[in-house]
Amino acid sequence: MFKRSTIAVITAVALSAGNAAIAEDIDIVFVGKNTGNPYFDSLTDGFVDACEVISCNFEFVAPATAEATSQIPFLEAQIQRGVDVIAISPNSPDALNQVFASAREEGIIVMTVNGDITGNEEYRDATILPTDFTKVGADQVEIVGSLIGYEGEVAILSATTEAPDQNFWIEGMNETIANDAKYANMTLVATVYGDDQPEKSTTEMEALLANFPDLKGVIAPTTVGIAAAAQVVQSRGISDTVKVTGLGLPSEMRDFVKDGTVEGFQLWSPYNQGWLAAHFAVGLKDGSMTNEVGATFDVPNLGTITINENNSINTQSALTTFNADNIDDFDF
Amino acid sequence: MSDSQVAFNREPVAARPTWHVILVRPESMTLLLLVAGLVGASILSPFFLDVNYILRSFTLTAEMSLVALVLTLVVISGEIDLSPAANMALSACLFAWMHDAGLALPLAVLVGLLAGLLMGAINAFMTIRLQLPSIIVTIGTLIFYRGLAQVIAGDRSIRLPEHFIGINTVMVFGVPLPVVIFVVSAIILGLVLGTTVIGRQIYQIGTNQNAALHAGINAKRIKVGLFLLLGVVSAAAGIMAASRLGSVRYDLVQGGELQMVLMAMLGGTYIFGGRGTILGTFLAAWLLVIVSTGMTVANLMPAIQLTVLGILLIVAIIATNFIYARTQR
Repeated sequence: MFKRSTIAVITAVALSAGNAAIAEDIDIVFVGKNTGNPYFDSLTDGFVDACEVISCNFEFVAPATAEATSQIPFLEAQIQRGVDVIAISPNSPDALNQVFASAREEGIIVMTVNGDITGNEEYRDATILPTDFTKVGADQVEIVGSLIGYEGEVAILSATTEAPDQNFWIEGMNETIANDAKYANMTLVATVYGDDQPEKSTTEMEALLANFPDLKGVIAPTTVGIAAAAQVVQSRGISDTVKVTGLGLPSEMRDFVKDGTVEGFQLWSPYNQGWLAAHFAVGLKDGSMTNEVGATFDVPNLGTITINENNSINTQSALTTFNADNIDDFDF
Repeated sequence: MSDSQVAFNREPVAARPTWHVILVRPESMTLLLLVAGLVGASILSPFFLDVNYILRSFTLTAEMSLVALVLTLVVISGEIDLSPAANMALSACLFAWMHDAGLALPLAVLVGLLAGLLMGAINAFMTIRLQLPSIIVTIGTLIFYRGLAQVIAGDRSIRLPEHFIGINTVMVFGVPLPVVIFVVSAIILGLVLGTTVIGRQIYQIGTNQNAALHAGINAKRIKVGLFLLLGVVSAAAGIMAASRLGSVRYDLVQGGELQMVLMAMLGGTYIFGGRGTILGTFLAAWLLVIVSTGMTVANLMPAIQLTVLGILLIVAIIATNFIYARTQR
């Protein structure tokens, strides 16, 4: 009896001592774009869950508005608090440079999450991005192909004509359809732009249906576009003949998936970004990971992660597909 | 009995005792709130009470605070200007754009300052010459200046050269340069308003412009001067902000006009003119920094911060009106 309790005490002490040595001192803060954004709530959950497993201290702060300089006082405050790692979804590609510089002077690791400070990469240590953006186009073509039996006319309903991410993905879609024999029987008939406005997206979707009566599938690689397209298909009751897919938020698309209007769509998981960022932060601080281009490390549930050029890290190698089976598992 | 006697004889009310004159003033309330804010913030977070941190945090709003000092003079004179924040953005954009286009740095600064002067002149022309209400005029120019800034800069940011960046890291005896500029400006403006003839005239214009005109005060000239000064100081503040941030966008200090008016009001400046002090605005600028910094370093969420700031303003306005009502001259 005595012996068993002694062992228990020794084990407990050893465990807590071990924790203290490894991770107890690591303070991570995540500075969001603004408060009240479900997308970032999910990202934050990833941090929180990771910190429970690998024992780090985590705090989330965010300004009221996503204005370019509104994050600066919050960053100054974290420097003053002496945190070890600042993770941030930056509201500006350059207005935060000077604060990042003073944080790093204090030995704080600065990593951007979900979006980078493109052109100013030297002001942060690493960036955690949702997925490999070069594969989004191919992934999207594959899902629309699987929905329409790899045959027939497809169209793209995008955001604005200048949206850099969307244009990059559309380029990938065009290349995939043109070069991959698997999609030889599919033709891309039109690319239209709904400007990320619900009304304009709806009008463009209706115009597509009118102009291309044989249209089989629509890819809308923007959350506003896919919701508008699904709305049109739902109200016309034509979900058997025209398949809508693209990039959407599970919270906005849930009803369309439940009633069969949309069979599948894609996005990345913000939760995984938080999960990865916390593991990477603790790994860098305790020395088990190195922040060097080409280095690799393992993260539970995500597999082997590689640090790419510009210290950029992709959370997922491919997009997550949401359908009736898994949509209830996601709440962002 | 003695009450009715006083009423009948209309004897002059006894002069207020000196302690009353010194203590029952809106600025005393601001000072009181400032001390309460310091104590509260120190209790909220152990990381707060650090002079260097407070000074560093003050640099984030030093530019707006500087403009609020001049705005205080404008409000005391019975006018209002809501365009200084837009002026800051337009001057800074113009300055950065000119420099980007190859103009030498000092010349680009000069262009920025002249643009600010011109913006002040436009406000003055419409308010004084065309006799339009300054609140309407400056709401109009606030949108106009901001729009023009967007036309010039587009939706991108204009980078500034490395050697120009970092006015907030230049230390004068351990104090960041923007804070020094703010304090020195406050002393100069405080002396002008409190001890010079022009200062007295600004109060008189704000209290009763007709009476001031009859007393031979050139109200128009003084008001035009104030608008021009506000324009130039706003431009200087915009260029200071550009140096702190390292880049300029059209949305620089967007919504800053409200914070500037808030500083003047918190410091006890009477929105209808005739009353207020530079000391009050000076203290209010520190009060705002202390309160918001204290809450931010304690990781309080913005919703709570906004609520506290709202309560603070309401308390200040009620107290100011109460004090002015009691000390009617």
